[in-house]
Amino acid sequence: MKRLASIAFATAMALFLQGCAGWQSALDPKGPAASELAWLIWFFTGLCAVVWVLVMAALAVPLMMRSRQHAEPLTLDASSDNRKLRVVMTAVGLTAVILVGLTLLSFFANRTLAAIGSDAALTIRVTGHQWWWEVRYEDATPSRILTTANEIHIPAGEPVRLLLTSTDVIHSFWVPSLSGKLDLIPGRMNVLDIKADKPGVYRGQCAEFCGAQHANMGTFIIAEPRAKFDAWWNDQLQPAAAPTSDEAKAGGELFLKRPCVMCHKIGGTPAGGTVAPDLTHIASRQTLAAGTLTMSRGNLAAWIADPQGVKPGAHMPVVDLSGDELNAIVAYLEALK
Amino acid sequence: MSSADLTSERDLPPEREASARGDIAPERDGPRDTGMDDASLHRWLARTWRTPPGIIGALSSVDHKVIARRYLITAFLFLCLGGLNAVAMRIQLSGPQRGLIGPDLYNQLFTMHGVTMMFLFAVPIVQATGIYLVPLMVGTRNIAFPRLNAFGYWVYVSGGLFAWVSFALSMAPDVGWFAYVPLSGPEFGPGKRADVWAQMITYTEVSSLAVAVATIVTVLKQRAPGMSLDKIPLYVWALLVTSFVVVFAMPAVMITSTFLILDRLVGTHIFNPAEGGDALLFQHLFWFFGHPEVYIIFLPATGMVSSIIPAFARRPAFGHLGLVLSLIAVGFLSFGLWVHHMFATGLPKLGASFFTASSMLIAIPNGVQIFCWLATLWDGRPVIRTPLLFVFGFFFTFVIGGLTGVMLASVPLDLQVHDTYFVVAHFHYVLIGGSVFPLLGAAYFWFPKITGRMMSERLGRWHFWLALVGFNAAFFPMHIVGLWGMPRRVYTYPAELGWENINLFISAGAVLFFLSFVLFAFNLVHGALRGTPAGDNPWDAGTLEWATSSPPPSYNFARIPVVTNVEPLWAERVALPVASGLRVDARELIISTVAEAHPDIREKSATPSIWPLLAAIAVGATFLYSIFTPWAIVWGAAPIAVTLVGWFWPKGDPEDEE
Repeated sequence: MKRLASIAFATAMALFLQGCAGWQSALDPKGPAASELAWLIWFFTGLCAVVWVLVMAALAVPLMMRSRQHAEPLTLDASSDNRKLRVVMTAVGLTAVILVGLTLLSFFANRTLAAIGSDAALTIRVTGHQWWWEVRYEDATPSRILTTANEIHIPAGEPVRLLLTSTDVIHSFWVPSLSGKLDLIPGRMNVLDIKADKPGVYRGQCAEFCGAQHANMGTFIIAEPRAKFDAWWNDQLQPAAAPTSDEAKAGGELFLKRPCVMCHKIGGTPAGGTVAPDLTHIASRQTLAAGTLTMSRGNLAAWIADPQGVKPGAHMPVVDLSGDELNAIVAYLEALK
Repeated sequence: MSSADLTSERDLPPEREASARGDIAPERDGPRDTGMDDASLHRWLARTWRTPPGIIGALSSVDHKVIARRYLITAFLFLCLGGLNAVAMRIQLSGPQRGLIGPDLYNQLFTMHGVTMMFLFAVPIVQATGIYLVPLMVGTRNIAFPRLNAFGYWVYVSGGLFAWVSFALSMAPDVGWFAYVPLSGPEFGPGKRADVWAQMITYTEVSSLAVAVATIVTVLKQRAPGMSLDKIPLYVWALLVTSFVVVFAMPAVMITSTFLILDRLVGTHIFNPAEGGDALLFQHLFWFFGHPEVYIIFLPATGMVSSIIPAFARRPAFGHLGLVLSLIAVGFLSFGLWVHHMFATGLPKLGASFFTASSMLIAIPNGVQIFCWLATLWDGRPVIRTPLLFVFGFFFTFVIGGLTGVMLASVPLDLQVHDTYFVVAHFHYVLIGGSVFPLLGAAYFWFPKITGRMMSERLGRWHFWLALVGFNAAFFPMHIVGLWGMPRRVYTYPAELGWENINLFISAGAVLFFLSFVLFAFNLVHGALRGTPAGDNPWDAGTLEWATSSPPPSYNFARIPVVTNVEPLWAERVALPVASGLRVDARELIISTVAEAHPDIREKSATPSIWPLLAAIAVGATFLYSIFTPWAIVWGAAPIAVTLVGWFWPKGDPEDEE
């Protein structure tokens, strides 16, 4: 049994170390909030492990003993019970001290976290939908307000304020390597400040069960140097690229004739639907359907041809398209960089 | 009420009463047990207390032991079903992007798993154990309100059938066991699935309220003479505190589910933010019940631990008073922590920190219990048998669950692990470690009392090690994968996140854990059919349930024992003193005073009746109908009224006419 246990432990440790390098891990912090939290997690874990070992040691004591001290269960040794009482009282006292310490630690960690975003200059409104994220960059100049989906570009090294809400059910925004999670609740607005120390792509996903496709509601925070971020914003403000090839032109016209236009917006065209992700620059994004598929011509075609096969229960309906029509629409969308 | 012949003894210490067997008032209204020889006493009592023969008779039974056995078997079947749900989920999650189970079925599976384990297994089985043991431990002949108790069982069965028939029809709830709005509301939860959740809650809550009321009254008013508050066994204390928690917590969830069904069926907008309602209100109401719920499941298990440890450590529990006060403290504190389930909803930070402090605080009484149990064991090498092994398993796992609970109590830390597999790991360590391991120990411990036969010790040890290894292999890695970012309630996950190996390992552990229950089931059946006869008190334990035969007769005790110690069988090695004066031709109980347990009056206990079953059918049909139309309440009122009138129809006893 011991052998089995040690093999299991070794396997677990190996798995553990392998996974620390994940890009969606609370143990792999890439920002000040997550770093503070990772430290807190390790501290609590260490202390709890010590307590557990002590309790197990106390449990092992009687197993080491040889025999009983008394034959009749009601004949008790008063002095031994007094000794036990002292031990128990000490243990309870220590428990209380540890708990008060942890409460204070947790309280001050919370203050540290609250201070991270106090000087955030950039505000992004994130609205949860079944099963994608609407991302709106706020700006004092109305023409600079930008709406996109699922991928959130931020300037690295700067705190960013996220305003979280939902129009349907409750979702929870969680990018573990940057910060703890916070819910998106219809009728309420929550504020989450995040900061990425370095440029990089940090994955997150919805953490509050939100229906059929809760599992496929991913998001990405893409932290870039300030200049690159500003350039990205300016690019995204441009209307959609006009199609160049004949196939793409046909695709653009088809898009407007088919039900696609009822839900999706493409800037610079009559397509103005707002219940589904904005597609103005869809091809500039790394994934499709909120992290479900990587962006490619094949995946675009697969998603349009069979959304219910890719993401069962998703609100994207099956649109009846011939093979040529599908290719045309894909060619059009693929060029929307 | 019968005149209280025993009241003349009120001023005497209980010990005297026993010796005063002969001088109780003369027979007036029927034969009494006073001075009767054992053989004719047995004949009289067996005829008076028996469950009537035939199917109708069986369905009419009000014997607490019969009802409890049914409860235990039914709850065990639901455990198996819930376990199969879990195995199905683990097969789906054993690899990334597996297509075995789609989201629609998966979401029903995890909802049914949670609902079944919480409402159809855990709460009923701890209450059922109480229904069986509490009347025996306090030395009385039946539970208080035996018909209400029977009614509770039938309502529970109909609620369970309702949920599982819905699942068979693929219309089971798919919104999680806490069914947050708006996902479960009228707009985003079409069909009848969320209605099934809401009404299933109502069934099971009605039944557990019935059991709680019966338990409270049994403990407070039916204790054997001499069992003053300081001599009540710890298990009985645990059930008493639990029952009070049930009485105060369950109404909150009934309000929640009723509001939900009103929103869905009648068009109220209680939870609709667009109409001035509030989605978060649901969570507050639900968790005001939901957190005490954990303690409803855990506290009876602590009572089991407090029964098993003294029996094998060969001494009374160390710190009896401390253990009782801890139980009561946990009962109270359990109502002050609900917000720690809602830290991620963006509550004001200072308010949330208050709940960090209160959640930490509950660790203190729980710590007191752990330390007292450990101190009880320190007198020397305990007798190591399967029940005690499971108690060791309880320490091993529950302490981990308690400590991760301390981690979750911290607001900032919780924001990283909330709604991830870390939390899944935590609550399985608390619920399985804290409740199922003691329950398994209790099964081995009290099985001989219930069946008269022992379970196999050899198989028991295999079962223990398989369960311990399987459980930890399945659930410990979940802490890690949760920290790696895996949220709970996902039917699949992408390959690129590196979660596949650990998930495969978890699934293998889950299968192992499931197999341990197969072995357990085999041991139960084998023990019931072929086990060695147990005798009255196979463990030489000290509480009253071991004073009667195994299995106990329908009347529990031929003569009501008089209690002189918290472990009466250890204090009175030769023979227990007994009280007498009860009629043998009618179902009479001793009603005693709340604090001192002086015998006060004689009271009749209800006779078998088919009406509780009929009333439960009427209530069940009304609840079922009410998921389709609110008029069900109006139409259902008539049959319910008829069955209740039948139930309470006066029998013409002198008592009724007084």
